[in-house]
Amino acid sequence: MREIDKQTKVGRRSFLQASAAAGPAVAVAAAGVATTPASAWAGTTVNLTAHEMATLQKLARDIFPHDRLADKYYATAVAGYDALAADAGKKAMLKDGVARLDADAAAKFGAANYMAVNWEADRVSLIQAITHTAFFGKLRGDLVVSLYNQKELWAKFGYEGSSAEHGGYIKRGFDDIDWLQG
Amino acid sequence: MAKFDLNDDSLVVIVGSGAGGGTLGNELAQKGIKVVILEAGGRYETQDFVNDEWESFAQLAWTDMRTTSGSWRVARDFPNLPAWIVKAVGGSTTHWAGASLRFEEHEFKTRTTYGALPGANLLDWPITLAELEPYYDRAEKKMGVTGTNGIPRLPGNNNYKVLANGAKKLGYKEFHSGNMAINSQPRDGRGACQQIGFCFQGCKSGAKWSTLVSEIPKGEATGNMEVRSGCHVAKIEHDATGKVTGVVYIDEKGAMQRQKARVVAVAGNSIESPRLLLNSASSMFPDGLANSSGQVGRNYMRHMTASVYATFEKPVHMYRGTTMAGIIRDEARNDPKRGFVGGYEMETLSLGLPFMAAFLEPGGWGRSFTSAMEDYDHMAGMWLVGEDMARETNRITLDATAKDKHGLPVASVHFDDHANDIAMRKHGFGQGVKVYEAAGATRVFETTPYPSTHNLGSNRMSEKARDGVVNKYGQTHDIKNLFVSDGSQFTSGAACNPTLTIVSLAIRQAETIAGMMSRKDV
Repeated sequence: MREIDKQTKVGRRSFLQASAAAGPAVAVAAAGVATTPASAWAGTTVNLTAHEMATLQKLARDIFPHDRLADKYYATAVAGYDALAADAGKKAMLKDGVARLDADAAAKFGAANYMAVNWEADRVSLIQAITHTAFFGKLRGDLVVSLYNQKELWAKFGYEGSSAEHGGYIKRGFDDIDWLQG
Repeated sequence: MAKFDLNDDSLVVIVGSGAGGGTLGNELAQKGIKVVILEAGGRYETQDFVNDEWESFAQLAWTDMRTTSGSWRVARDFPNLPAWIVKAVGGSTTHWAGASLRFEEHEFKTRTTYGALPGANLLDWPITLAELEPYYDRAEKKMGVTGTNGIPRLPGNNNYKVLANGAKKLGYKEFHSGNMAINSQPRDGRGACQQIGFCFQGCKSGAKWSTLVSEIPKGEATGNMEVRSGCHVAKIEHDATGKVTGVVYIDEKGAMQRQKARVVAVAGNSIESPRLLLNSASSMFPDGLANSSGQVGRNYMRHMTASVYATFEKPVHMYRGTTMAGIIRDEARNDPKRGFVGGYEMETLSLGLPFMAAFLEPGGWGRSFTSAMEDYDHMAGMWLVGEDMARETNRITLDATAKDKHGLPVASVHFDDHANDIAMRKHGFGQGVKVYEAAGATRVFETTPYPSTHNLGSNRMSEKARDGVVNKYGQTHDIKNLFVSDGSQFTSGAACNPTLTIVSLAIRQAETIAGMMSRKDV
């Protein structure tokens, strides 16, 4: 069978594009400079705080955890929320959502905030308490597209994307399965 | 290309350019009858289609506001997207997967065969399989259906091979790569399938039959047919005698136009067609046009659907190749011993990664969901499509408050599964899981119905005027020069995909309309 390479090949050009999409501070983080999650967003936001953006990013990973996806994909997925928060109603929903999670983290686990809760299972228990909220519904619904529609990560899932320009799969393995028994 | 005058009252005006409207238009044009097709969507040709699910959805899908209610899960997961159908020239034939199957004889006689099912509003069609068979023949030739007329079937892809492996081990007898209106060899000026995948996003090789690549250019070439894209019909008008006289529409520039007509045929799919009839209410017809029975919008059907996906130890790459070229037909029979009447087909289906994320488990999150996504390339998938039971309360109405950008009330879709639909879906899930487990699946997923692609029955055919909206030719019982030409005519839905039957009915209806016009009956 023709299998596809799931390794990320980061050329300078695609790296710069991804970095531009995710914001300058995230580019620094992705480049390996030691930072805290919130400091990666410092100075890049207008309507939300760096802490709020970092919490949304962490929440994105907890909602759709893929351990082999680097933080930059989750950063890209939530990057649009700062601009969205130019709308007062949306801003309140996002700020209140993060504040609620931080308060719950303190009350339930004695943690400084949501991000400081160490185990994923504990953070998930906090998410489970808010799944009925508009905040969670908005975030989960948006992430389905803003995360999984990033073409750069498709290959990691073994998905090849557009095929017509390659002549389809008629000569590229549409029927190459070779392990079926009987 | 023909261009007809707004005041030309000798025309047949068709609303919609999909399987019903596009076929009817070409068939009439071939007979020398002058036709204007008004299509609400834009015109995108083969080279304009994109192999990208969300981008294509934005290009082709009907995303104008609609509302929903009822106990079906679509109303919760996708409250403003009850249906995944198309707003573009070619209608949903740009999006369809190509499966072209005939109804069984008993599926035209559901009331007789299934009996008086409580909570259902079953009715026999006013036509039989024998009456429709010559038109099925012509539709299969027109569309180049594989496995008919000596046309070879498509080669099976990886997803089909998994399905067939499980089917064989389970003892199923009738499984193959389908009867598909997709060229397995060059035919009718179009090439052979290149196994691109993305059948739902508009075929980029032109191998798949659609009205866009076949009926519409052929009709236009006669000089008798004009297609106006971007033209949304708001209302059908009538005179003091109750005969329809033309339509009012909003053109692509946003201007209101009035096109006169000798005959009007409505083919806007089963949500928009009843919406248009209801929005055309007048002092003479206060409940909407052709609605003396009160049945306009009722008996809406969407097929018992569901999907089964399964992951395997080794890769499948189900997205490679023709999306739906694979079928198991053993469960399509009517065998009430299974605990339900009617039957269902099991057909291969794949989604790309972006749509898999949206549809595998709407609302899903966490590791249960993401571990499934991580096995995407090891997945096989099938769609279950079966007969659902007509119910009077499953219904298209006008929303009391929501309006579209033209200020017209939008369609509201109410649907509750019948107990028979639920029993059939449960059986289908069970059998689908068995198929994949027989092939070696390590994990299986029972996926809830997607927004409806098969929308049927909301202007149904009936022998008696009190039981439905149109007669056996799709002519409305109430208004002799008003016809319905899409799947909303269906009296029952059958187990199989509806397009071949819509096309067959349109070929037959064109003969009927041409005959009536020459006899001056309309």
